[in-house]
Amino acid sequence: MKKKLIVLLVAMAMIIVPLSACGGGGDSGAADAGKQLVVQVGPNPETLDPALNSAVDGANTILHLYEGLLIVDENGQLAPGQAESYDVSEDGLTWTFHLRDGLKWSDGSDLTANDFVYSWKRIAAAETAAPYAATVLGPIKGFEEAAGTPAEMDEEGNVTAEAIPGNLDALAVSAPDDKTFVVELSAPCTYFGSLAAFATMMPVQQATIDANGDAWATSPDTYISNGPFYMTEWEQGSHITVAKNPNYWNADAIKLDSIKFMLIEDANAAYSAYQNGEVDFIKDVPTEEIPSLEGNEEFHVDPIIGTYYLNLNCELDQFKDAKVRKALSLAIDRNYVAGTIMQGTYTAAGNFMGPGWADPAGGEFMDNSNGGKPYIDNDNFEANLEEAKALMAEAGYPNGEGFPEITYSTNDSGYHKAVAEYLQQAWGELGLSVKVDIVEWASFTPMRRNGEYEAARNGWVGDYDDPSNMLELLETGNGNNDGKYSNPDFDAAMKASRETTDLAERSAALHKAEDILMEDAGCVPVAYYNDFWLQSAKIDGMWHSPYGYWYFMYADIAE
Amino acid sequence: MGKYLVKRVLLAIVTIWAVATITFCLMNMVPGGPFLSEKAISPAATAALEAKYGLDKPFFERYVTYLKDACHGDFGLSLKQRGRTVSGIIATKFPVSARVGGVAVLVSLLLGIPLGVVAAYKRGTAVDSILSVLATLGIAVPSFVICTVLMYFFGVKLGWLPTLGLNTPKHYIMPVFALAAYPTSYITRLMRSSMLDVLGQDYMRTARAKGLSQRVSLFKHALRNAILPVITYLGPMIAYTLVGSFIVEKIFTIPGLGGEFIKAINGRDYTMIMGTTIFLAVFMVIMLLVVDIIYTIVDPRIKLK
Repeated sequence: MKKKLIVLLVAMAMIIVPLSACGGGGDSGAADAGKQLVVQVGPNPETLDPALNSAVDGANTILHLYEGLLIVDENGQLAPGQAESYDVSEDGLTWTFHLRDGLKWSDGSDLTANDFVYSWKRIAAAETAAPYAATVLGPIKGFEEAAGTPAEMDEEGNVTAEAIPGNLDALAVSAPDDKTFVVELSAPCTYFGSLAAFATMMPVQQATIDANGDAWATSPDTYISNGPFYMTEWEQGSHITVAKNPNYWNADAIKLDSIKFMLIEDANAAYSAYQNGEVDFIKDVPTEEIPSLEGNEEFHVDPIIGTYYLNLNCELDQFKDAKVRKALSLAIDRNYVAGTIMQGTYTAAGNFMGPGWADPAGGEFMDNSNGGKPYIDNDNFEANLEEAKALMAEAGYPNGEGFPEITYSTNDSGYHKAVAEYLQQAWGELGLSVKVDIVEWASFTPMRRNGEYEAARNGWVGDYDDPSNMLELLETGNGNNDGKYSNPDFDAAMKASRETTDLAERSAALHKAEDILMEDAGCVPVAYYNDFWLQSAKIDGMWHSPYGYWYFMYADIAE
Repeated sequence: MGKYLVKRVLLAIVTIWAVATITFCLMNMVPGGPFLSEKAISPAATAALEAKYGLDKPFFERYVTYLKDACHGDFGLSLKQRGRTVSGIIATKFPVSARVGGVAVLVSLLLGIPLGVVAAYKRGTAVDSILSVLATLGIAVPSFVICTVLMYFFGVKLGWLPTLGLNTPKHYIMPVFALAAYPTSYITRLMRSSMLDVLGQDYMRTARAKGLSQRVSLFKHALRNAILPVITYLGPMIAYTLVGSFIVEKIFTIPGLGGEFIKAINGRDYTMIMGTTIFLAVFMVIMLLVVDIIYTIVDPRIKLK
């Protein structure tokens, strides 16, 4: 009897012990990490391959590991990076970058202009399938030929146009010598400098990619970089540690010995870790805590270039009339939405293009919009509401009579649901009834893109600070034109902005586009995005850019 | 027994095939795809990605290719975590979950069984009532509440326990408590009711009449018979606990497999969905088989046919 009981216990132990024992003993505590900053900028990144990344937190990590031709400095201005200087030809078509002397990779090998040629061609190659390829390389001559064209198919899956394979040699990037990198554009692009500083455009080392394939970016041993830091550890889902790169040209200015990116997914967990002092900086602050953080010196709010807006599906009969769209827009009390519902973490929007966008003619785009006044006067909500009611009557729906019920679709995160509930009440003032439809995120994106909704939440954060990056979303045929807004005048203004080389003309065309858009209520801007975060008082010398990135490389920690 | 094993293994293969097939069909029916993001990717890039991962092929062809590769142990590349294989991800993440889960399984057995026995033996007393309230709480309170409460008091307010990761034994206390609360309570209740059943049996009365001590009759004669329902529960419980809990792992930032299940589904990472589901199915089938074998050891009256 006793024997059998022992057998039973041994059997159970055999199941559990090996399982619980395996993989143990990994973290024997970090060796002396030197002066280490511990931060949280997001969960485990899906990839840290600069060409493949499309996430903000991935890009934020990449910015510490790599350096592009240019960088964005603490004032949000472009500054020399790997390129000491650059010149642009008279016609704006040829950009020549002069690299610094003695540039090196983190493994000590030399970095030359040819590495940029390789890296940029790699982004263009269809096999790489870089999500941002068209955004960042689009202005370069020969991009379309380099990328090739996929086969076109009709709905039954029959091929209607054969695929054209890409020809990478067509991409007009070249290295006349090791220190000179030349880019030829197909049309002048005043903001190409911003693209050259974009995370996708970082140089990557051909040797490690050839040797390790796609897996090169998954292990510190094969992850060679050229930035202020290099990767020493990536424990999946736990942390990424980067150490000061002695081969970086400006290594003397780097005060930290290492940065540990804690890959925390849950905002409450991040907050607890911050309060415990386990982390010095967190990006994900639980929204419930925000009221208690007001006035706290460690809590920061800073604008980024982006707008939270609503789409009214312009293909539907009830939203075809601009009067209706405008009425729905004016019925929203944006000060209440941004200040109360969103707890001041957003800023009420009176324009589509908010703060931070650069006007091609100089200064901030917003300062010159609509003669310097916001399109929607948020401080006069009562008047706006009266106007909205009048517009509904003019459109043939006095007090909302005869208007079909509106289904408002949104995913459930952040303040989306609270905004939806507010809209039920706000549009209710116009006599309309609104149904809220909560859709899971991965289904929400295709649904919105295919126009299978009535009204939906939307938002955009700029990739670079040229206003075209956001205004083009409303162009006919744009892949992100979820509202299916189409106005030939708007399209013409956008086209004009692309074709001119004159900065003043370009600026005027873009402002005209926004004027048309706002007059039409082609979409309904609600609030401008801000980043908000907690940062320990002992961190000094870091900055935040309006693109939504934090720069810790030149930071220091007070002991 | 040999014949029985062969039969069970064959049946297991059919079960796993069915699970794989149903999952494959369901995930392809859900709208969305792995390469959709808020910012539209160019059609050229989407086409290139689909070609790279074979998603441009017709449904049936993909299904056949998948099964063929899976039979050879190749679960493919993750569609979202570029450059990583599904098997590689499971191999690095499962041990982490299994470490926490293994401790939680041991804790729930070592606590649940004795507590259930005590509750049955002291039936109707204050001890029984207290245990039954605790067990009900443990079953009723969801793990995210337990996690949050623990984190708030022990992690933040008192600062006794670390809230992140698994670096030292101290790090295990809160996640293990959160993971073990439900199974411990469940085992306590199972054990109590089956023990009560057994205690009323004739042979127990005989044992006591023969003058066996309380301890011997309870822990030797009664326990062996009463433990069968717990063993039945053990199979699925071990499987679920070892593969990790999404909630507990997310709250305590444990880089385990539990989170991968949910992330794979949310991101429509098809190969990861298949890989994790098949992994859980295989694990579950093996655990059920082990449970069957343990039955014959505990209760010789049970014969496997």
